[in-house]
Amino acid sequence: MEPVASETISVEINGELYEREVDARRLLVHFIRDDVDLTGTHIGCDTGNCGACTVQLDGQAIKSCMMLAVQADGASIRTVEGLAADGELNALQQSFSDHHALQCGYCTPGMLMSASHLLEQNPHPTEEEIRKALQGNICRCTGYVNIVEAVKAVGEGRS
Amino acid sequence: MSTTTITTESGTVLEKGAIGQSIPRKEDRRLVQGQGVFFDDIRRHGTGYVHFVRSPYAHAKIVSIDVSAALALDGVYGTITGDEVAIHTDPFFEMSTPPGANIKDYALAVGKVRFQGEPVAAVCATTRELARDAAELVEVEYEPLPALVDAEEAAKDEVVLHEEAGSNIVWSGVFDWGDVDQALAEADHVVKIKRLHFHRFSSTPLECSGALVEYQKGTGQWTLYCNHQMPGVGAIWMAPALRCGIDKLRFVTQDIGGAFGNKICLHPYYVVLCLLARKLGRPVQWTEWRTDQHTANAHGNERTFLDVEVAVKADGEMTGFKVKAVDDCGAFPRYEPLGCIIWAQVTPGCYGWRNIRVDFTQACTNKAPVSPNRGYSRMQHLWLTERVVDIVAAELGLDPVEVRKRNYVKAEQMPYETPNGCVYDSGDYARSLDIALELIGYDRLDERRKDAAARGKLLGFGIGSTLDSGTNNFGQSQLLNPELQFSGNNEAAMVKLDIFGEVVVTLGTVPQGQGHETTASQVVSDIIGCSPEQVHVRPGHDSFFNSSAGFSGTYASQFAVTGLGAVKGAAELLRDEMIKLAAFVLQAPEEAIELADGFARIKDGPEEAALPFMALGAIVNANNAFLPPDFNPTLNHRYVYRPYFGVVDVEKKMGKLTLTYASQIHACLVEIDPETGQTEIVDYAAVDDCGVRVHPQIVEGQVHGATAHAIGAALHEDFVYDEDGTLLTPNFYDYHVPHTMDMPPLKTGYVESPSPVSPLGAKGMGEGGGGGIHAICSAIQDALRSEGAPIVYDSCNPSHRVWSMLQDAEQTRALVEVTSK
Repeated sequence: MEPVASETISVEINGELYEREVDARRLLVHFIRDDVDLTGTHIGCDTGNCGACTVQLDGQAIKSCMMLAVQADGASIRTVEGLAADGELNALQQSFSDHHALQCGYCTPGMLMSASHLLEQNPHPTEEEIRKALQGNICRCTGYVNIVEAVKAVGEGRS
Repeated sequence: MSTTTITTESGTVLEKGAIGQSIPRKEDRRLVQGQGVFFDDIRRHGTGYVHFVRSPYAHAKIVSIDVSAALALDGVYGTITGDEVAIHTDPFFEMSTPPGANIKDYALAVGKVRFQGEPVAAVCATTRELARDAAELVEVEYEPLPALVDAEEAAKDEVVLHEEAGSNIVWSGVFDWGDVDQALAEADHVVKIKRLHFHRFSSTPLECSGALVEYQKGTGQWTLYCNHQMPGVGAIWMAPALRCGIDKLRFVTQDIGGAFGNKICLHPYYVVLCLLARKLGRPVQWTEWRTDQHTANAHGNERTFLDVEVAVKADGEMTGFKVKAVDDCGAFPRYEPLGCIIWAQVTPGCYGWRNIRVDFTQACTNKAPVSPNRGYSRMQHLWLTERVVDIVAAELGLDPVEVRKRNYVKAEQMPYETPNGCVYDSGDYARSLDIALELIGYDRLDERRKDAAARGKLLGFGIGSTLDSGTNNFGQSQLLNPELQFSGNNEAAMVKLDIFGEVVVTLGTVPQGQGHETTASQVVSDIIGCSPEQVHVRPGHDSFFNSSAGFSGTYASQFAVTGLGAVKGAAELLRDEMIKLAAFVLQAPEEAIELADGFARIKDGPEEAALPFMALGAIVNANNAFLPPDFNPTLNHRYVYRPYFGVVDVEKKMGKLTLTYASQIHACLVEIDPETGQTEIVDYAAVDDCGVRVHPQIVEGQVHGATAHAIGAALHEDFVYDEDGTLLTPNFYDYHVPHTMDMPPLKTGYVESPSPVSPLGAKGMGEGGGGGIHAICSAIQDALRSEGAPIVYDSCNPSHRVWSMLQDAEQTRALVEVTSK
């Protein structure tokens, strides 16, 4: 018998329900980027190290390149496009801009998703806690100084 | 853990305006919402996805390539091999003199592979996954050859990579300024260092390379939606190879996920995409995989320094040095041999020595080709000068701070002409060092040593004095090859006032995170009298916008000079015309008109004697019947900024090789665990002097980023090859770039010495000169002083190397010899 090559999945992303037939081997990140066309989620490596593809799945920050699309069947996902309601930047997005926590902006969506998850779990994190929460996200531009500062500012209500 | 202390040391008073202020970045709003447009985000109907078939061998003959099984797969659109490339294209031009000039570099391997990961064929299919599957079906038969992984071995020519060149040596030459033999003869001490090695790494931008390429059959024109950071020069490489005019290649970029020089040599891949797009009659898309980026895209130059001899006077004055440098450019020169001369922009480093001889050789090896990498070629040489200073200081018992201050070029000597005719435009290195020392609490050094010792740790203090030379004079290429027809530099920009009063700016530059939209708006708003929010700077680059010049791009630390110089020039042309037009409409003399707050108005005139920008834009563009025939304003201006260098002296190998010199003085404290060799940076300060800071927050961000790259390179990042030429660090598992937990507290400070030669008094500063590598090597050597005083001989010092130095200090000490009178 031939193995199943594709499956129809149903996934909620940023409050919208998507039903699509996907290849069984399709990575979740490719489903999000190529099938649903939410290109804010990025790809920076093939090994799960860089975190550019971080999204929130059922409330957990996950690397969407480390998961198959079929595994996300029935899940609720939030991507960077789901952060700003009606184009109004949320406090964390605004803080990233205020603190110059981004340069090229390629790692930024993943950073925002990891940091959002941290702040939801721990609204007033220490610098040590911020650094631990973001150690799965690589940034090659900023040296992390201003990213950590931006998250800290939100936690301290300064943003 | 991190604190950022800004020490205000402003040496200049800026005019009131947007320049000098950290206004909100225009780019951020889209980027924090995931609305940036990177090349991989662009979709076209009917796109074919490309996967490259790559060599598993570092050096091998290609016996045969069979694509039939791949072509038979349902959904495969087509393939291309090296044989087809050799028919339809010409080799890329080489910049070297022979033997390097005779190298034949095609877009795909032809007949032979010369590095692991070299593309030998490409497959195009309906999806990325299918293209990858099909690529696995391509049968390539290889006949392996011995691999060369060491440039000194390669220089012996026992095995030759490029038969048509007949030698592995790409370029060699001697640079001799002053009289180093006399300096050594007159020295009180001569310090000899047998070998120092600057390792191979790269900035590994988080976004890999790639492009979506469309071909228009009717016009024979290609459009490349891509992330090339130097499309002006990219087109100069590609058009002759593709046998087309340069205007047939349209480069478009918007957001680029970091580049750092690593996206300059993309032309081989892009030529393959152009050929496939034409052959298959459909858009083709290629996104590089991370492993391919590490294995086969672009590494920084690896360089070995041999037989260094330094002349030192009894009072600690260093009068000169000589060295043999062997540079490893990997399998193909591509941007090389420019690295054989670029270092000469900073020949004496931060120091006043006048007698310098460098015997420079560059060789090919069976490793990935190099390309410019943040700090390109100068960083390697500056690392040498800092190693020399620290080794001399340690061996002669001189204080590392005092010996630097004694030998630094002094602020009062600026502008300072180096022994090879370069001009350091401004700077105050001693003052910068003082600020750095203060930031790390240097006065408490002894106390901190004792404190570390009490915890079983070795504390080390290090300095990295470095320069970021910016705005290249391409004329330096003629010092390598007098036949080359490149010199000077240029960049273009356009500024227009549109029909509804919109101020629109188009740049020739290719930003990758440096905030060009923001800083360009600051410059324009100050000149034409409006707010930066009123200025729309088009994101990215489009070579069909007519705003680019031959050297357009974002590289070599120059935007603040060339990019903003072009913006300033165009804005001034627009301003003059707006004044002229307002004077005509308001029936007032031009001198009476001022531009402010988005209006052209009569100074001290009645309130109604004012025209909003919208009125000016509308008159010229849509309501111009009343303008007289001899007055034809366009309100649309293109300006090409061209720095003045004059010609270089080919005989003496002298000239103004670059325009501006930003300085970066870093100081740090490290603690080493003697049991493991683990190094922890416990205090770190970087003091930058880039003249006028157009946007201080962006400048500081660049300092942070360059420091992070340097820390990664100094402690972890290393492209290690085994003897067969297999890369052992081909992804982010094995190639460890700094994460949040790896970054120490960073303190920054600045000095502002305005450049007398740049349009805004600003200097390029983004590359950072590898200051952190120098500082950390310096600190590690200092920390190990009490453990047999080993010499830090390599630019990369992960714990295993530090541990080895602790175990066998003598082995490294054998590298140094001091002769005193």
